[in-house]
Amino acid sequence: MKHKTLFDKIWDDHVVESVDASQDILYIDRHFIHEVTSPQAFSGLRERQIPLFRTQQTVATADHNVPTINQHLRISEPLSRIQVETLTKNCADFGVKLYGLGNPNQGIVHIIGPELGITQPGMTIVCGDSHTSTHGAFGTIAFGIGTSQVEQVFATQTLLVSKPKRMRINIDGKLGEGVYSKDLILYLLSRLTAGGGTGYFIEYAGSAIKELSMEARMTICNMSIEMGARGGLIAPDEKTFEYIKGRDFAPQGEDWERALAYWQTLYSDPEAEFDLEYHFDAADIEPMITYGTNPGMGIKISEQVPREIKSAKPESFHKSLDYMGLRPGQELLGMPVQNVFIGSCTNARIEDLRIVAAFSKGKKVSPHVRAMIVPGSQRVRKQAVEEGLDRILIDAGYEFREAGCSACLGMNEDKIPAGQYCVSTSNRNFEGRQGPGARTILASPLTAAAVAIHGKIVDPREYV
Amino acid sequence: MPMEDIDTDQIIPARFLKAIDKLGFGDNLFYDWRYDKNDQPNPDFVLNNPLYSGKILVAGKNFGSGSSREHAAWALHGYGFRVIISSFFADIFKGNALNNGLLPIQVSPEYLDILLQTISQHPDTRITMNLPEQYVMLEPEGEKVHFEIDGYKKMCLLNGYDDIDYLLSLKDKIVEFEKNRSYVPPPLPATN
Repeated sequence: MKHKTLFDKIWDDHVVESVDASQDILYIDRHFIHEVTSPQAFSGLRERQIPLFRTQQTVATADHNVPTINQHLRISEPLSRIQVETLTKNCADFGVKLYGLGNPNQGIVHIIGPELGITQPGMTIVCGDSHTSTHGAFGTIAFGIGTSQVEQVFATQTLLVSKPKRMRINIDGKLGEGVYSKDLILYLLSRLTAGGGTGYFIEYAGSAIKELSMEARMTICNMSIEMGARGGLIAPDEKTFEYIKGRDFAPQGEDWERALAYWQTLYSDPEAEFDLEYHFDAADIEPMITYGTNPGMGIKISEQVPREIKSAKPESFHKSLDYMGLRPGQELLGMPVQNVFIGSCTNARIEDLRIVAAFSKGKKVSPHVRAMIVPGSQRVRKQAVEEGLDRILIDAGYEFREAGCSACLGMNEDKIPAGQYCVSTSNRNFEGRQGPGARTILASPLTAAAVAIHGKIVDPREYV
Repeated sequence: MPMEDIDTDQIIPARFLKAIDKLGFGDNLFYDWRYDKNDQPNPDFVLNNPLYSGKILVAGKNFGSGSSREHAAWALHGYGFRVIISSFFADIFKGNALNNGLLPIQVSPEYLDILLQTISQHPDTRITMNLPEQYVMLEPEGEKVHFEIDGYKKMCLLNGYDDIDYLLSLKDKIVEFEKNRSYVPPPLPATN
């Protein structure tokens, strides 16, 4: 293949061997693990009586189950505590570096990897978590795997996988005022639907993508999985190199020069062909919200809930609306909301917190709203405090908590009560995701802040 | 289960992912649909209806969408299912199923509708699945409908191998690969 896509270049560079013409043995540069999807994989190693093959290429954190207040105290929920303790023991037994509770670098796995400079262009990165696609923002092939695959990587630092097809999504032009990368990805999801990327690995390109900061790019790649894609990546550029430079585990000195030389070769050749390609205009994108029970069921904030959609049978569609307590044709502007959650690997980085603080400064969270802010990592939290964002947010009436996955999926105590709405900066609005009966509405940090202050669905652009 | 887009949060809600071994997930399969708020069996849910039973689950399109949690496959297998028939499977779920003795079979939307209707009208319907010859058929006289399966996965399922046994046998090649790479990212520090 003379003209290669970036995805092909990285994939082909990592193939140890092909099996059966349908699968490759793919070498994995970095393996992130957390407490939920690793226990059985470690047990598997013990049962087979083999060591963890490449401990230096394995990095652990505790994020899904951890409380987001009083993290210095013993975890009260027994099963959560056992899972977190099991991870600690396993990492000690097998020699894996753990950024656990109490470590200043602890946080959501897909936030700490880039923060520490561990995620670097051209790498293959996996984790037992579907939002591993986040790391694709650095020009990596990063994707989620199941626990048996975690064990494969533990045992051999490789994975037996089939190569996905290649898709490119081009977004050109400029995003409007008050419109962010979260709106962009929700817009793409509404166009391509929850299954529209299945079987593909996506490259995001175009002038609108290049304009985005690294954190904004991470939001886009993070939700690639919601389209059913294996993952999504963005070619590295000066912004990427600037972001990485000087971080804890970024290459230094001669290593930096060598790394830079390699990273600068990481782009799709101009004549490379993709199996499927889309083009969108950034000017068409407005603040988005979801109304249904999968991330593809989203509309522009000014639009009404559709009466039907092509991607679902009427029965499924109406079941979804019933769960959400919404009606076809309903306008969502003005609808009261009881909860706002700003957090998750999608939008809990410093830029997200700055947006919320800037909007909320001098204002008060609506009295009937519970608004939670869960920074993505201890570092993000520390930086927010240094910038005085915590004071602004707490004065406005937000809960300013500690780092973890929290209400994104409600595995810890941060659950949304049944029947209540939550406008959330997270990535999934499935039935019961944030708690049994909870009604999730996905949105950008700016939209979430506007809802927190006004207590109802509003167009944030009217207040900016 | 004719519902479409059955996602992994329905198959196994996140609060059940706290186990540290692979046992017991079958008890929590489809928990929030099987049981009501008071943990009583929901009489309207098909798994609670004694007329329907068996090791084959026939489900609407895009089964297993959402999370990469392999626990979804363990829950289905733990409950007793060995085969899932649908017109479309989410990628990660499909891989997880094949790695855990659970066979996802993709059929045409038309055939899926036939199966769903037949089962719904006749709860005692029998379906035969033949892996070596790669077909499913409605008993007693349905046509044999072919399904695709990767040759390697088929071999593993038939022989009870897993991927790790296979990869471990190639350790030398992996070490060789590591030595011959054109660019190696500088390593992270060793843990003490």
